[in-house]
Order: sequence, then structure tokens, then C-alpha cells
Amino acid sequence: MSKKYETVIGLEVHVQLQTESKLFCGCSAAYGAEPNSNTCPICLGLPGTLPMLNKRALRFALQASRAADCQINQFSKFDRKNYFYPDLPKGYQISQYDLPLGYDGRITIETEEGETKEIGLTRIHLEEDAGKLIHAGSVGDSAHSYVDYNRGGVPLIEIVSEPDIRSPEEARAYLNALKQIILYLGISDCNMEEGSLRCDANVSLRTRGDREFGIKAEVKNMNSFRAVERALAYEVKRQEKLLDAGRKVVQETRTWDESRQETVSMRGKEEAEDYRYFPEPDLMPLEISDEFIEEIDDSLPELPLEKKHRFQEQYDLPAYDAGVLTQSRELAKLFEESAGKYDDAKEVSNWLMGEYLRLLKENEVEPGQDELNGEKLAELLELIEDGTISSKIAKEVFEETFVSGKAPGEVVEERGLKQISDEDELAEIVAGIVADNPEVVEDIKGGKDKAIGFLVGQVMQETRGKANPQLANQLIREEIEKH
Amino acid sequence: MKIYEMTLAGLIEARDSKRIKPGEILAAFQTRTEEVEERVRSFLDRPRDLAAEYEDSKNGKFAGIPVALKANMATSKLTTSCGSSILEDYRTPYQSTVADKITGSGGVIAGKTNMDEFAMGSTTEHSAYQVTRNPWNLDHVPGGSSGGSAAAVAAGEVPCALGSDTGGSIRQPAAFCGVVGFKPTYGVVSRYGLAAFASSLDQIGPLTRTVEDAAITLNIISGVDPLDSTSARIDHPDYTGKLDQDIAGMSFGLPSSYLEMDIDEEIRNQVLEAAEKLREAGAEVREIELPPADLALAAYYIIATAEASSNLARYDGVQYGTRQSGDNVRDMFVNTRSFSFGPEVKRRIMLGTFALSSGYQDELYKKALKVRTVIKEKYEKVFSEIDIILGPNSPAPAFKIGEDMDPLDVYYTDIFTVPVNISGFPALSLPAGFSEQGLPLSVQLIGPAFGEVELLQAASGLEKRLDVPTLAALEKGR
Ligand SMILES: [Zn+2]
Repeated sequence: MSKKYETVIGLEVHVQLQTESKLFCGCSAAYGAEPNSNTCPICLGLPGTLPMLNKRALRFALQASRAADCQINQFSKFDRKNYFYPDLPKGYQISQYDLPLGYDGRITIETEEGETKEIGLTRIHLEEDAGKLIHAGSVGDSAHSYVDYNRGGVPLIEIVSEPDIRSPEEARAYLNALKQIILYLGISDCNMEEGSLRCDANVSLRTRGDREFGIKAEVKNMNSFRAVERALAYEVKRQEKLLDAGRKVVQETRTWDESRQETVSMRGKEEAEDYRYFPEPDLMPLEISDEFIEEIDDSLPELPLEKKHRFQEQYDLPAYDAGVLTQSRELAKLFEESAGKYDDAKEVSNWLMGEYLRLLKENEVEPGQDELNGEKLAELLELIEDGTISSKIAKEVFEETFVSGKAPGEVVEERGLKQISDEDELAEIVAGIVADNPEVVEDIKGGKDKAIGFLVGQVMQETRGKANPQLANQLIREEIEKH
Repeated sequence: MKIYEMTLAGLIEARDSKRIKPGEILAAFQTRTEEVEERVRSFLDRPRDLAAEYEDSKNGKFAGIPVALKANMATSKLTTSCGSSILEDYRTPYQSTVADKITGSGGVIAGKTNMDEFAMGSTTEHSAYQVTRNPWNLDHVPGGSSGGSAAAVAAGEVPCALGSDTGGSIRQPAAFCGVVGFKPTYGVVSRYGLAAFASSLDQIGPLTRTVEDAAITLNIISGVDPLDSTSARIDHPDYTGKLDQDIAGMSFGLPSSYLEMDIDEEIRNQVLEAAEKLREAGAEVREIELPPADLALAAYYIIATAEASSNLARYDGVQYGTRQSGDNVRDMFVNTRSFSFGPEVKRRIMLGTFALSSGYQDELYKKALKVRTVIKEKYEKVFSEIDIILGPNSPAPAFKIGEDMDPLDVYYTDIFTVPVNISGFPALSLPAGFSEQGLPLSVQLIGPAFGEVELLQAASGLEKRLDVPTLAALEKGR
């Protein structure tokens, strides 16, 4: 980090709301349909058609606003943002200008140093998405383009942060926190590749101690959180170099070139666009009652950070564990269900953070899409605790339960995985192994105590892992004494 | 009486008492249209055989009634060109709510009527297609922008037509053509399927030969529409409810300052005579003060053009119009729009774009919105003292076709009609007599918001005492 300059970043995030239908018509808002199949006269903006507000989208936007601690403009309205572009069928976008649904909010992030920091939100507003252009060839030289209006009219919220972010790492932490909250609310899948979460950044530098902001560049076209972090890091360096050389940063829009890992100026000379905003006369102003806000507040789930802190307190978990377990609402739910039925919360946490996350990754599924539940995990841990199975066998059982949903006890029964704790049965096996390995026995007698592990291993192999290892160890010692 | 000479109410009565069949009504109006259309030219598109459009299954109030719709209302069958070449041959894959209501009650869409391009104009000469003539004098314009609808009714081509009124576009052509033109309160009739000129001002309404016919038509086309968020959430009354009630005891306001403005002498006298008739009928008429009409006119031309500049942005060559090529997409937009829009539309798009531009928006658009609020409040105050306002409609009778007029002078002719669009109130143009030249003269009646029933009652009462013919003969050879 530069000692001389302070980095100032503000982010504009667009999140597609996961409603069944579009913001102002009944068309499906689903991603990936045949081009122009999810369209109707309204979202195509045919003459005379009128928008009808999707109440669910409004609700989602209000939930996002309240989850981010925003104040609500109880008298709000929609405005038209006027500009010409082929993906914009009406020649204007229905958006919100001076009275956004939410304003003056905040998102709490955790910095690398483990401290918490609040990033202010200027506003959250509701608007419709535009369609999508598909160019025949490259943008510059294609003779024609195709328009897909499926995305046109899909509800979006735009979340604008204050210029409170001080490093690319903080920007990423902010995006993570924001995404987590939205996933908790269940109002979007935040899939950057499918464009359901998009991020633009404003970056500027100022000499440390200065109060005034430097000249900013806007960076677009970053397709992952990692790309955001890298693009911002690149941009900070680029601006540093300019300033150090006594040159000025140009106020412009730059695009992140993923393949070259650099930002590139989009337009030589940019005309400031005049969007001629004015109130959308086809929609009534929004009046949002105290009762509605109260109802929204009551509908909010416990948010990630709150939940994390509660896990630390209530289950006596390390901050790291609590952080991992609250990554997703489903994972946290699984943890709480299990910990409610099995006393050792740390043990539950270990299994979830270890085996569970590994299997999720391996099977490419999200929490909730597998067959495990709290009851089954608790049952498995009980089986380990009472010595029915070893931890090693337990992993095998866990995987089966994860995939098929069979109860662990059932899996153990079916596969005959019960630990051999019967002394007589095990003593017989141990006797055989000790007899077969006279050299090892000699080594042990000669003081190489570690060699006993080899014999335990042999026992485990013979029993296909079912021997109780402590018991095997004890019996081997007893057997060697006899020799 | 010939069938085409009958009023809407008369036709419904004759049909219900089985004296005529729906098919006969349709055939009669078809014949009349074929006789006079060549001279009047009301229609841009119409079905070949009206009777064939009638569905027996639909036995509603309008069974067998031909209704003409202005060419800016979407219909499933005919073209919806809005009088513009950018929508030449355009057919919508959906139907406007008013068209649904007409056909749903058994009515037959008799055609799409000529209009000034995108409803911008006062003569219907700004149509990209044809000039419509005033049935009372073919050398004169029918008014506009719903000129085709007004002419069709006056010529007896239909007993009833729909127009849209943004700044007087129903009432002024109704006045020029000597028929009843009614603009209901904003929100009474759904705008779904009406190609927008200025969304916060546009309102659909009927053009008919009598006040009763207007009320009957309003009963059919009004209603809460879930497809139109701005449609008023009210319980709609029977709009014919008080037509027969006496107007004695009603109070009328006469805006004396309006009559002192630059207004045709014959029209001024007509208004005063109407006031006299009201007094004779036992109504009270007193002078009132209305907010300055020129303020409303200025606010109107800012708000209407601002909204229009945005509403018409969709006609960019991507989905509609004869696409004109260009080196890039921006040039394509510019070339297509420059090629396809007429001069009046271009003028208003430029005015509106300017009014919304940063640096001017506060002084123009936002100030106009404030003026709008003030005007509305002043009208409301007036209506706390009187029931109905009586005043002039158009300051002059129908212009001659091809008259060379300064656009600003033409805008000025909207001065008495725009205040009610600004305030949203209902207003009606009532035939009041004829000028020395034989051109229709009219008066305007204005009611308070959602005061349709009383406004129609007042209009009906005055109509009976004025007793003016509303059907132009159009004898052959003229
Ligand atoms: Zn749609």
C-alpha cells in the first residue's frame, strides 16, 4: 500500500432480483431461455402498452434496503432515464432518480486485520434491466447486431456505496458481505457469470491527509470478485504512476480487460450523457406505510454478521469457525440443527468445515442440495462417541449419508462397519499378527516403541478398519508381554 | 328517418324493440360511409364488410353498433398507424382496453380514423396519409387531432367514435364538426393500448351526436383497468343516471376574463346566449375568476412536449419504421427519425427534449409542474363555489384547409381546452349553433374531478334548450 496516497473507492452494484416475473409485466424473468421468448408487448415497449409494478420486486428491494440499514423514502416514485440504445425498447429505462426506495444505509465488513468497518450506502433503488445485444463478429466491425429482449424488464436493484472503501481488498470484502446478505435474503442468486450481479467501481487517489477527493476513473466489465480486486489494484497502480510523474488522472470510463489484466480507456472523449430524468407518468407514486416497513423488518432473517457473533457466543466457537459456518444460510442452519442434537458444537463444526465442505465441492453442490441433515450428523457423531465406529469409518458413512440420505446407523448395519470391540475376537487376530511378525516384536522389545503402530495398522487392515484402535493397541502390548 | 340518421340511443332502442337487426344497422352505416367517405376521408383503415365483423354471440349493449376508433388505439384487426409514416401498416399483436370493451359488448370496430401524427396538431392536416374534410364545409378542416373521428360522426358514417384528448384533441374537432366531444376525468377510461402522446394528460373519450350518446358510450368504455396503473380506482356510476334530471338550481360559472380574450365574436355571443338559456332554465349563472389561461397554455406545452419526447423515443428504427442506414447505430437512429417523423412531431420532440435538458429542466419542466399544481388548486377552489363552468371551446370556428398559420398561433387555439388536461377535470364540447358562414359553433362545459354525472346532466339540459342539428347532410354535388 502506498504511503503517499490514499485509495478511495466507491462501488455501484446491480443485483437482479429473483422474481418469477419481470418488473412491469408478467413475462418470466428466468435466465437462459430461447432469445426473445420471454417477451410480451409490455416489455417490448409496443405503442400503448403500460407498465404494472411487480409487488414482489418492490418487497425484495425493500428487504435489501432494510437489511442494509437503509432509511426508506416513504414517498417514492419511478423516473424515466432517457437514452437511445438498441437494447432499450422504449428509449428510456424505468428507474428511480431523486427518491430512491432506500438511502443512507451501511454494510459492515471485516478487514484482513479482523477488524470491523462500516461502508456507507448512498442509496438502493429499483429499476428495470435492458435487453442484450449480440454482435455478429466484433463490436467494432460487425455489420449487424441481434437484440435479445429476454433480459429487458427484469427487476434490478442498484446499490451505490459511499466512497468509503480504502483498498481493493476492502472492495472485495464489501462485495462478499453484500452478496452474503442478499443470499441470506434469498432475493437473488448473485451469479456474476450470468450477470445477476454486476459491479462498476469508481476509483481515485488522494494525497494522505487531503480532504478533497482526487479525479476518479470508472471501471466496468469485471466479471468476478477476483477480477474486481485485480482491476482495482491495477487501477490504483496506474493512477499512482500518473500522479508520481506529475500527470493528471483523466475522468473517464475504463474497461477491465481480463486477458491482458489491465484497464483500458473506453472512449477517447466522453460526452457527459444527459438522461433527462423525469417522473414516470405511467406509474403512480409509491407510498410506503410504516406498517409495511415494519412487516418487512419482521420478515428479515438473522443476517450473516449477527449470526456469526451469536455462534461465537452461544456455541463457544472460534471466530474462524463461526465465519465459515455462516457463509451461507443453509450451512448455518445445518450447523444449528446438528448442534441442537449433539452436545459438542466444536465437533459438529469440525465435521461441517472438513468433510462436509469437501463433499460439497467434490459434488459441485450448494448446502441444502445434499441429503445430510442435523439429525443424521448428530447420529453419526453419537456412533463415534459410543465407539460403534471409528472416525475413519465414520467418513465413509458420512459420504454415504451425504449422497443417499440413509441414516448413519443404517449404513453401518448394512455394510457391517461396526467396530470390533469384542476382546476375545480381537485377541485372536492380534495373536496371529504378533506371531507373523517376529522381527517387529523384537524391535519393540528392544525399545522401538513406535513400531507398535505398524502392528496396529496390520490389525486394522485385517479387520478392514473395524477394530477399535485403542483396544488393538492394548491387546498387542499384552500379547508381546507373553512372548 | 334513415338508419344512419339515428342517434346511438335511438339505434339501441330500435334494436332492442326488434324494429331493426344488428346486421341492418351495420349495412346502413356501411352504405352511408361508401357514399360520403370519398369526400370526407375520415378513415385510414376500415373493414371491407362491416356486417361480416359482427358476432351473433355478443349480445351486449353495443350489439351491431359500428364504432370508429382513432388510429392511435390498438385493435387486433386494423392498422394502428397513429397517422405517422413511422408506423405505416403497423398492426399490434394486442388490443387496447377500449377496443376490447367495445367489441366485448357487441360493438363493431368500424375503422381507424385519421389524425394528426401522434395526436400532435389541431387540424388533422399533420396526418402522414390524407386530409380529412369538415362534413359541414369540405373546404374546412375537421379540427384535430381526433379530426377523423369527429368528421365520421358528423358525416353519419358512425353513430359514435372514440378520440383521445391531450390538450383538446376531442373537444376542438367536436366543436369544428358540430358534434358532442367528451373528455372524461383523467383515469376514468383506461389508456392501455392508446399510443401515448403525453401520458399524464392523455384521456380517451367519446364523440357522438348527443350528450346521451356520450354518456351511453362512457358507460361502455370506462372502468378500473388493472393494465393501467393510472386508471382511477373508483366505483363507476351509471353515467346516464341524471340525464333527465332538471338543471334548475344548478350553478354555473362564467369566466368573464376568457370572453375578453382574442376570441371570435360569434363564439363569444354563443357562450353568452348559452348562459342566457341556462338562466331561463332556472339555473344560476355567475361570473368567476379562473387562473390565467396563458399560464396553463405555457405549462401545457412544456409538460406535453417533455413527455412526448420520451414517449416517442421508441420509434427509433429498431422495432418500427423504415430503417434508414447510417455509419453506426446512432446515425441510424438520427436518419430514421429525421426521415419518418413529420415537422410538427419533430418540433415538439425538440421542444420537449429541451425542456427536460439539464440546465433548463428547473426553469421549464419543474416550473411547469408547479404551475400545474397551482392551476389544479385554483380550479378546485372554483368548484367549491359552483357546479359547472361554462366557457368557450375553440376561440374560432374551423380553419380553412391549407391555411398558412404560425405554429404559435395554432398552439394559441388550445388556450381554452388545455387547462382541463392540466388539471385532469372532465370537459365537454357541446354544439351551440352555426356561424354566418355555416360552420358549427360550440360551448365548453367543465366539471369537477369525477363529476361526470352532473356534467352530463348539465350538458343534456343545455342541449335540449339549444336544439342544434348534429348531422351534416353531405348532399351529392356539393
Ligand atoms: Zn413482458
